[in-house]
Parts: sequence; structure tokens; C-alpha cells
Amino acid sequence: MAYVAVKGGERAIDAAHDWLAEERRGDPAVPPLGVAQIQQQLGRAVNRVMAEGSLYDPQLAALAIKQAQGDLIEAAFLLRAYRTTLPRFAHSKPVDTGAMRIERRISAIFKDLPGGQMLGPTYDYTHRLLDFSLLDDEAVAQGPVAEAVPEAMPRVPDILGHEGIIEPDVPSEQEPGDLTREPLSFPAGRDVRLQALARGDEGFLLGMGYSTQRGYGGSHPFAGEIRMGEVSVEIEPAELGFAIDIGDVVLTECQMVNQFQGSKTVPPRFTRGYGLVFGFGERKAMAMALVDRTLRAEELGEDVTAPAQNVEFVLYHSDNIEATGFVEHLKLPHYVDFQSELQNVRKMRAERGTPE
Amino acid sequence: MKGYNFAYLDEQTKRMIRRSLLKAVAIPGHQVPFGSREIPLPYGWGTGGIQVTASILGAGDVLKVIDQGADDTTNAVSIRRFFARTAGIATTTATADATVIQTRHRIPETPLREDQIIVYQVPQPEPLFRLESSRVETKRMHGLADYGSMHVKLYEDIARFGQISISYDYPVMVNDRYLMSPSPIPAFDNPKMDMMPALQLFGAGREKRIYAIPPWTRVTSLDFQDHPFRTINAPYPCGLCGATDSYLDEVVTDDTGGRLYVCSDTDYCSRRRGAAE
Repeated sequence: MAYVAVKGGERAIDAAHDWLAEERRGDPAVPPLGVAQIQQQLGRAVNRVMAEGSLYDPQLAALAIKQAQGDLIEAAFLLRAYRTTLPRFAHSKPVDTGAMRIERRISAIFKDLPGGQMLGPTYDYTHRLLDFSLLDDEAVAQGPVAEAVPEAMPRVPDILGHEGIIEPDVPSEQEPGDLTREPLSFPAGRDVRLQALARGDEGFLLGMGYSTQRGYGGSHPFAGEIRMGEVSVEIEPAELGFAIDIGDVVLTECQMVNQFQGSKTVPPRFTRGYGLVFGFGERKAMAMALVDRTLRAEELGEDVTAPAQNVEFVLYHSDNIEATGFVEHLKLPHYVDFQSELQNVRKMRAERGTPE
Repeated sequence: MKGYNFAYLDEQTKRMIRRSLLKAVAIPGHQVPFGSREIPLPYGWGTGGIQVTASILGAGDVLKVIDQGADDTTNAVSIRRFFARTAGIATTTATADATVIQTRHRIPETPLREDQIIVYQVPQPEPLFRLESSRVETKRMHGLADYGSMHVKLYEDIARFGQISISYDYPVMVNDRYLMSPSPIPAFDNPKMDMMPALQLFGAGREKRIYAIPPWTRVTSLDFQDHPFRTINAPYPCGLCGATDSYLDEVVTDDTGGRLYVCSDTDYCSRRRGAAE
């Protein structure tokens, strides 16, 4: 065999892209998938891509899913690489989840509470039996029309707060950090930690949160409240001097209530873990709240022994765009490094008298 | 390219990166954190180098991109196309014709000049990361020039294997002050960094660090008096051009142990063959 030159990389790349486009489209006899269909019928995928892509735009998220053939990390990457080129016009005011237009709200710590429990569109109590009728075009089942939510739904930790039995939520006047503009540095404040977790990979946070429940940095959590619904986003342009509503986003918020034994200076009371995710992303919001709480170990004077309590470990490894790039870069050529390792190992074996 | 700024990044971002570059040049070998952006290529594929290159490119620049020493490897092709598309600049495969050279894992064999800049893609800027995983701790170690653990690691290698077992990404001291990762170039290339006339810039996108070696700066590979630094290369001449001074790739030619050793620097090799004809 003659030496096969690796020339032709350009043509190979073009051909690979053409093949990819053909594979993405699939059998042309099957109608193409519309972006609107993805947005409407694959909503949970759209939500996940918006959360991990850090951009609230259901249509673009649906487009990214279509372009990525449903590879959600690839889709989130597409969204991020677009997002980073967008100019910034303003910062929003903090959204008020207390004023959320609730679609789902449950508490695991009170049987009934002001505003009541509201299941919303959940898979929780479905039996996971494949519904073969979906193989055919289905008739649309009409859901019940919600009556106007009658009363205010105060956030559950705020209800407990009146008693002073849970740590207060202290508002901060400090400008929050922004990981998309400034590199991570340590010690990382809770604002930056929460931003990293909100952008983080759902699977990674799920595993981390799960590990805290199995003895690696346990924090005795209760799901104080999970709520999902629309909130208004407001900005306050300097030239106006008052806030204006620029649109709505759907959010899922989880407040974990955790036992705390108290310390020399603080009496026993409950502490909080917080999760907030774009769209309906309950699994991630809950996992995020667990991990947020364990990452506060040092602040609360707890021993830092488990991975989920190690801020550097969690924050440096939660981003799936970074992780997937670096894991997958191993498929790039490493001829040069491997060659020097080969020569090195051969030399070391020769010096030890190992037969070839 | 329509809808995007010259060389993809917006001007504010370029300014931010240039400020980091100036700081890096002022403190040779020191890792400067920077607000790394997403790039439409994956992390680990050269996003740091791409951001550095995008920030220094001017319309008159001529860009060369190599991966493993070669201009025609797929990732080099992809990055060269990225800049041809987003900046519309001229590209070349000739080392001598380039004003900016972006590289992954090699330094060209043709010596670089004062009017050239070489940009390295860096996967892991922290030279101490295998010895200390916490960046809080390694930052302190750099601050105090506390590099004893690296010397101990090299000593342990000699005690166990009779020699230092690092063959690429071999740690260097820059300007007698900062321990630095030269990026995963073979140790063979380390001596080229010392007193190089060209400016050397290093970008690590995922790890969000930039560092630099100004022209004519002393760069030494760590060693001991009784175990001086040694380069590693296959003990053959190039099977195509006959060069005995270039770094060689090993090409498997059959399944019975047949091997061909050829220059990893494709430009160097083809130029030598052209000259011989």
C-alpha cells in the first residue's frame, strides 16, 4: 500500500455536510417536520433547549431542534452560538414569580395552603403505558377550561417566613454577575452559581442532586413549592424612568426547604435551595434546588466532603456545551502527541530490555 | 459575511480580548482570565485560538491554519474556511507567507520571523492540573511561584522510569517566572519557543484563559542538571523528503508492521520535495 495522503479534507467536509443534510431530511416520501409542529408538539424539548441554550425563544429553539435532528445538546449549542452575537439593549428587572400566572403549583409540605394545590399539565400520575393510538393521527382531546384562578398564591417559603422559622430571603442591591461576559472566578457568589446551574445540563444536575439524596452531601430536602407559569418581564429604560412590560416568559420555580441544625450564632431553622428554569422544566428545577443548597455548605458552616458540595467541581462541569466539545474533541487528530508517546514508550521498553 | 461583524466577533468583544492580550504580553506566561464567548465551533476544537485570531486579524493579514503540523487536516480546513468566510482575508499554506499562524499541536519547522504571530489552541492552560485539580489552589501556587510539586513529579518519573515520561505538553518556565503549558505540542518543539522572534499567543476558550510569550523571551523546559531536557523524535529521515531535522508522523502502511515516517509539517515537506525536483 502506498502512502495515502490526507489531502482532500475540503472535499470530504463538503461531502459529509451534504450527506448530513440528506440524513436530516430523511425519507422524502414522509412530509417534512415544520418548526411550528416542533414548537407546539415537542414543547418539553423546546423548553430544555431554551434553558440550556440560555435564550428564551421557542421558535428559534424549535428551529435548532429541527436542524440538529433532535440532538438537544447540539440544538442548545446552536442557540448559544447565535445568542452570543446578539447586542444587549437592557437588563430586565427581577421577575416576580409571586405574581406568576400559575399553570401548576404544588407543595409537598402543606396539605392545603392559600391558593391551593394545582396539578396542571403533568405526567406525574400517568401510567407509563405506550399509547398505541398515537401511532395514528389522533383526535384532539379538549382539556378542561380552567376557571380563573380565584385567589392569590403566595410563595410557600414566604408563608413560612412570617414565623421566622426559615432563613430570610435577603434582597441584594449588588449587580448580579454574568458568566456569559466574565469568566468564572472563586469564591463564586450565589448569583453566579445559580446562573451556572440554570444554564447547566439537566442530566448532570439530576445526577448531582440524586447523589445528595444517597448520602453524598445530604441536605434533608422537602419540596416546599414547585410552580410553573407565565411571568412578565419588565425593563426600565433610563430615559423613561419607569418600568415597561416587554413580554412574558414561562418559568418553573422550585423552592426546597431544608433542615438546618443551627450553629453557634444561628438558631435551628430551615434553609432554602432554589431552582429556576426557562419553560416547563420541573426535573431540572428540582435538581437545581438540591444542588444550590448543597453548594451553600461552606456558607452555612457544614463540612464540604461530597462532589455536590464542591463549588469548583459542580460549576466547572455543569455546562454541557463545554463538556460535549471537550469530550468529543478526542476524535480530532492527535497523531503528533500519540507519536511522541509511541517513541517514548518504545524507548523506555528498549531501555528495560523488553523484547520488541 | 452578512449579518456578522468582520471575523465573527463584535468589536466590543475584540477590544475585551485585546486588553487581555496586552496584559498577557506584559506578564509573560501568566494566565489571564477573559470573557470567552461561544464560537460556532465546539469547545475543544480551537475556540480560544479562534477568538485570539479574530481579535488580531486585520483586512491585510494572511492566515495559515495547521493542525498536527498539516494544513489539510479536517479541523485546520474548517477553521481556515471559517476565517475566509467571516473575515474574507487571504489564506496560505506557506509558513513564510503568513502573517498570522493558528496552530494546534505543532510549531512549524520553518523558523518564524518578527513580523509574524503564532496563535496556539490550548485545551488545558493550567500546567499544574494533573497535580492539583483546584484552580483556586493552582492560582495561589502561581502567585507564590510554588512549583516544587512539578519538580517532584519529574523527579519521581526519573526514579521510576529512569527518565522524564512527559513527551508532549512538556512544562516550560517563561522568563524565569511562570510555569506554563506550551499546549500539547511535542517536546520536540519546545526549544523553538525559546527566544522566538515572533509573538506567541495562547487561547483557551473553554477554560477562558489567554497567555502570551513576547518576542525574544527566554523559555526553558524543566529539567535537572544531571537529567537535561531531551527531545523525542522517531530515529529516521522523512520517507518523502529525506529531512532529518523535522518532526515525523508515523504512517501505518500495511498490517504486517510496515511503517512510513513522514514530516508532520506538510508545508515544510512539500517545499523540500519541490526544491529537490
